[in-house]
Amino acid sequence: MIPRPKPERFRLRRTMMFMNAQKPGLIKDAYIYGCDSIMLDLEDAVAENQKDAARFSLYHALKTIDYGDTEVIVRINGLDTPHWQEDIRVCVAGGADGIRIAKCESANDVRTVETAVEKAEEEFGVEKGRTLLMAALESPKGILNAYEICSASDRLFGVAISGGDFRKCMQTVFQPDGVDMLAARGQMLVAARAAGVQCFDTVFTDLDNEEGFRSEVLQNKAMGFDGKSLINPKQIRLVHQVFAPTEKEVIQAEKIVRAYREQSAAGVGVFTVDGKMIDIAFIPGAERTLKLARVCGMYEGDLV
Amino acid sequence: MKNAVGRDIPEYLLVNGKEVYQGKNYMDGKYLQKAAPRTRRYEAPQESKLVDSIRAALEQCGAKSGMTFSFHHHLRDGDFVVNQVMKVAIEEMGLEDITIAASSLGNAHDPIANYIEQGKVVGIQTSGIRGRMGEVVSAGKLKTPAIIRSHGGRPRAIEGGEVHIDIAFIAAPTSDCVGNCRGIGGKSNCGSMGYAMTDAKYADHVVVVTDCLVDFPNMPASVEAIDVDAVVVVDSIGNPKKIASAAARISQNPRDLMMAENVAKVIAATPWFKDGFSFQTGVGGPSLAANLFLEKYMDERGIKMGWAIGGICGPMVELLKKGKVGKVIDVQDFDLDAVNSINQTPGHYEMSASQYANPANKGAFVNKLDFVVLAALEIDTGFNVNVLTGSDGVLRGAPGGHPDTAAGSKVCIIVTPLTRGRMATVCEHVVTVTTPGDCVDVLVTDYGIAVNPLRPDLIECLDKAGIPHVTIESLKEKAYSLVGRPDDLEWEDKVVAVLEARDGTILDVVRKIKPYTLPED
Amino acid sequence: MEILKPAMAGTLESSDAQVTVEPMDGGIQLSLQSSVMNQYGRQIRETVLETLDRLEVKNAKVTVVDKGALDCTLKARVECAVFRSCGQSAANIPWGGAVR
Repeated sequence: MIPRPKPERFRLRRTMMFMNAQKPGLIKDAYIYGCDSIMLDLEDAVAENQKDAARFSLYHALKTIDYGDTEVIVRINGLDTPHWQEDIRVCVAGGADGIRIAKCESANDVRTVETAVEKAEEEFGVEKGRTLLMAALESPKGILNAYEICSASDRLFGVAISGGDFRKCMQTVFQPDGVDMLAARGQMLVAARAAGVQCFDTVFTDLDNEEGFRSEVLQNKAMGFDGKSLINPKQIRLVHQVFAPTEKEVIQAEKIVRAYREQSAAGVGVFTVDGKMIDIAFIPGAERTLKLARVCGMYEGDLV
Repeated sequence: MKNAVGRDIPEYLLVNGKEVYQGKNYMDGKYLQKAAPRTRRYEAPQESKLVDSIRAALEQCGAKSGMTFSFHHHLRDGDFVVNQVMKVAIEEMGLEDITIAASSLGNAHDPIANYIEQGKVVGIQTSGIRGRMGEVVSAGKLKTPAIIRSHGGRPRAIEGGEVHIDIAFIAAPTSDCVGNCRGIGGKSNCGSMGYAMTDAKYADHVVVVTDCLVDFPNMPASVEAIDVDAVVVVDSIGNPKKIASAAARISQNPRDLMMAENVAKVIAATPWFKDGFSFQTGVGGPSLAANLFLEKYMDERGIKMGWAIGGICGPMVELLKKGKVGKVIDVQDFDLDAVNSINQTPGHYEMSASQYANPANKGAFVNKLDFVVLAALEIDTGFNVNVLTGSDGVLRGAPGGHPDTAAGSKVCIIVTPLTRGRMATVCEHVVTVTTPGDCVDVLVTDYGIAVNPLRPDLIECLDKAGIPHVTIESLKEKAYSLVGRPDDLEWEDKVVAVLEARDGTILDVVRKIKPYTLPED
Repeated sequence: MEILKPAMAGTLESSDAQVTVEPMDGGIQLSLQSSVMNQYGRQIRETVLETLDRLEVKNAKVTVVDKGALDCTLKARVECAVFRSCGQSAANIPWGGAVR
């Protein structure tokens, strides 16, 4: 049995890689590719008549495999299926770091899951509040209710848009410039930032279209996403490259944090760095840049 | 007697000057007495050497029981020639006590297993052995232990007379009426015929078997008419689909790609990665994919590969055509891209197995090799590699050029996943040592990189480049923590195969495996 | 648990195992095939029997066709087959109890 540390609600989640929880060869060591989170899937990847078998596999994988620093999230079946309650039981019993709520449409959906998670934590003697949640928005209703969903639970660390179902609802298909989902991505991002949670973009399914993938990831970063769902390990590297800070950004962030610590110790609230006015509002961003830089191997200092 | 890789070699095998493996380059500087064949003079002008049948050719060459027949494996799993010849020799002519000395044997040769079981084939000397033949030899049904040699060890043994070939059979995609052979221009093309060249020079008799007779002279010839006794035309020498795959594709498996990228990183971190470097890679998933990543580093540094050798396939030909490698020297071809390129694309040449890898000649290509990237079935904490026996102890592999390139190159990189299913690739003791650990420098797995402690210079290179590496012991422990510690295989005393090191000393033996029975309660 | 009807779990893919349980009187009859028999046959058998024991399966014909599955997969396949044979695989699994 591998004890996992208590999950951190706001950690780095640039890459979340989907893995079929039913495939022993895949889940045994999905962490070796270096994604931030793996997403063991009980939903679409698992055939209707194998939902039971997938849970047994998942339970023993969670209990046996040392995933190290990689976060382990489980995508459970939708609330309109007969599966989701047992899915939650196995996630909590196995010690998954988080649960991804599929097809989430309202704050009520989040609270329904939260209640079941709490019950399971009690049943299996798991620390209350340990199991984190994230919500997948897959319908126009989900997008319209994004803010209430984002603020529905203290366990909820973020929301993700799921492109496949959403595009169907919107009667559109994938567009290279992202215009098909531009409004939805924007609205979800605004809601997530307003509620103070993270926000993740959908998968890019055409593995052979490297240029298309690159431009989507660049757009994700430009729009302010925290990360992206992935379907193949070979997509990890590019996302990490794009989401890495530039050397200039790292140097600037280091200066800001250092100056802030010195100045605030001296009782000064507003000061200048390289001729630019800086106050406390700059600090969380600068600290985030340094943390990211450390993970990317670009910062070895002790400020974060 | 224990040899330098800790394997116990039975004394009764140490006769006629045979020694146990003493370590790398032990034979360096010693002299070799070459063996000359006894060949027939064809002084009178001759219009043609065509004979009507394989039987007629065998009779003309004086085939009789007790002889050694040689074959080469350029037709790979598509080969029909070994089976056709052996069927005539054994079933039609009633020959017995035949030894087959082949450059490799595979799944195409399952029927030969019957002749072994019947006691008609009594000796096998080969680089590779798979399929039913591997099973029957492992079961102890061959009268004498099979002798397994590397691609370089084979021409050494032939030239030195350890193997005396009575009749060599050349499977020729094209031949003219006097026996000038080429690997292209016919209907069953294989490209290079490198493994057949030494056979043709050192056999008493040489029979060419072809399915495409072309006008004299068939030039430039891979095997020359001056060495050939008879030419037989048959309907088909092989199944082209199994001789060369359409195109060797670079793996899309993310695990392979990750390992391949790390291989390229290691190469790029060494001082030999500079303009004009030399390179060989296997055709396995991660080995071949290393080409792709290496090209990126070459572009970044603005350098080109000087030359590449080995079994060749499309991706290397592609690099040649793009001008990123100066010359490709080729002993065997694996796909149609390579077959169609040899001697056609400027800079793409053919070489013999001896030129490629023979440790006893005066300058094999492997000895000037900077990097080789190879696969492994197993590698142990002494960096010894097994590419011959499965985890059930059965013969199902081929040392091929593995030990030769590992020994000759400046940097030998083994790339393999840490586990395959429930098999630990990195283990405490390999089942059979086919490449000794003193020739292996770096191990790249999906769980980390390990450098042989014999190479502190490489450890320094990796450290400087910031490439993390661990001990091979820790990789082994990780593997066992995933799959469990394997039970030891149980063997009988009987030796079924002798594994010669490339220099001719004995590296290991394969014994008969005990039939497995589950313990009862 | 009592094996009520024949049930199967798992596949013949590499790294997986296919486990079949069938009702039978007179104890456990285990038939095992494995691609890694020589090195792991003993351990596979132990894992399967231990798992059956934890589930308190006393009587069954059990067939395991192993394709190099890890212990965690073997356990999962045996458990799933047993719960399926009792019609109880869909909900209220004793996670951390008999299943562990």
